[in-house]
Amino acid sequence: MSVYFGAHNIISPLGLNSPSNFDSLLKGLSGVEKQNFEFSESDFYCSKINENKIDLAFSKLGSVADFTFAEKLSILSIQDVLNQSQLDLKDKNNLIILSTTKGNIDILENKYPLFSENRAYLPEFGNVIASFFGSVRTPLIVSNACISGLLAIIIAKRFIENKTYKNIIVCGVDIISEFTLSGFKSFNALSSAECKPFDANRTGINLGEAAATILVSSEPISNLTITSGSSANDANHISGPSREGSGLFQSIEATFNNSEKTSVDFISAHGTATEYNDEMEAIAFSRANLQDTPLNSLKAYYGHTLGAAGVLESIIALQSLSSNTLVKSKGFESSGTSKALNIITENTSKAISSCLKTASGFGGCNASAIFEKN
Amino acid sequence: MKTQIQSYCHIKNNQVYLNGELLYGLTESNDPAIYLSELYKILTLNYPKFFKMDKQCKLGVLAAELVLRSIPEFEGLNKNEIALVFSNQAASLESDRNHIKSISDKTNYFPSPAVFVYTLPNIVIGEIAIKHKLTGENAFFISNTFDAETMSSYASILLQKHLAEHVLCGWVNLDGNSAEAFVYWLKNLNFNGAENELKNTHNSEQLQHLYAK
Repeated sequence: MSVYFGAHNIISPLGLNSPSNFDSLLKGLSGVEKQNFEFSESDFYCSKINENKIDLAFSKLGSVADFTFAEKLSILSIQDVLNQSQLDLKDKNNLIILSTTKGNIDILENKYPLFSENRAYLPEFGNVIASFFGSVRTPLIVSNACISGLLAIIIAKRFIENKTYKNIIVCGVDIISEFTLSGFKSFNALSSAECKPFDANRTGINLGEAAATILVSSEPISNLTITSGSSANDANHISGPSREGSGLFQSIEATFNNSEKTSVDFISAHGTATEYNDEMEAIAFSRANLQDTPLNSLKAYYGHTLGAAGVLESIIALQSLSSNTLVKSKGFESSGTSKALNIITENTSKAISSCLKTASGFGGCNASAIFEKN
Repeated sequence: MKTQIQSYCHIKNNQVYLNGELLYGLTESNDPAIYLSELYKILTLNYPKFFKMDKQCKLGVLAAELVLRSIPEFEGLNKNEIALVFSNQAASLESDRNHIKSISDKTNYFPSPAVFVYTLPNIVIGEIAIKHKLTGENAFFISNTFDAETMSSYASILLQKHLAEHVLCGWVNLDGNSAEAFVYWLKNLNFNGAENELKNTHNSEQLQHLYAK
């Protein structure tokens, strides 16, 4: 049975819906800017959403003071998808899956003195979202590092094929916080400029924040489908990727083995712009004989949006398929991996009908999926 | 084809149960690190990486060790066909609080990658995967209490679709002075008899029953 994609939304510095985000990418715009935070004397390059803009948009839906920033982003994003799809969350055949790594982590930073610490627990995040939308089903929460978003979409596909649910709204969200900035800084993983995925002069990641939501359905609501997906673990190191790209390669292999496809028209890669990650991906793609397939990373547009990334990047990939447009891999100038890849250096109009989406993360996890346009 | 819960381990604070039997009553303590270290010694793990782990990973690795040691055929299995499906309530809040402590005082600012890496719940999957070279499917779910329905339903999909041939599942939750792990191994059987003739058939009711025992 086929599993279809329906309405989608992206909330990011580049727009509050997915068409505006896609238009911004085609114009070469980026959400990544030099930002100054109260907690640090040094600046950070990251993709930060203007909170006042979110409050203004949210005030049409509810009381701004009653919700955390991450909750407001998620609610705005899900509401847009509900408006487009008219999906009924009071129907027990419909489910929300939330994908996040840190949820309301800013609760621990005392950003909201009036909210209890209980709100930092992810099930409580799920309860807030469910009660806002009157969902009869408790949201399923996936928290699997940086593959969370793509894994959530793959899990949605599996539950729909199994007829456990008919429609699943997958919402990925993560915010920028002192928590994550200080943590990635302690790893020396942050770039002090706009990040440059797969480039010879890449110097690390930019963090980003976003909410991204997509409807996954048993009904043929579009000509876009997810036809295969898998995950695999490197079983090598908790914070460093496998030198041989073994987990990613295993996942890509399994994804193709479960698909009628033997090739795809482009790859939406993870491409965080760290030395080790991009090298690992290049090796895995090369081992999978995908070195000539056009490929991009979207991290120089959005930064690394953690639990939102897989959903956000999947939505952009689907818009690429719909509009027959390969999106330029921003930040790339010259090859910086031991195995050369076919990086997309200009926005290109081309008839395309399939895409491989991949993601990798801490804990040695990797995921991949094939999206097709019929 | 039927799936059986072949072996299960339940650690409730200092009490360690294997397949429903009390195996060890460890030292009572408000700090789970005390009895987790004790269990490490009893199991003669000889695994130096253990000492770098946060408490939640220690808990999960020990529970997984007890389960996997009780599976006679485990060593001979294809490790890329073994899925890891885990869940908990607190995500990684214990390590989150430790990282927050390290950045809350600007005059004593010491964020550490050794702490920060544990601020993701799925790191326990990574640690178990590394220890036993398990490279199959991964998923980490968060729920308020052990969600037998979602866990059994998702693991069954992996097995039925041959996305995995065996699944190590678990609830691993360490929050303050409370530690609980319920880790179990699922095996497919060519069993054609009635469901009630098979011991510990894998379904949400039986899972909930074993968990609540």
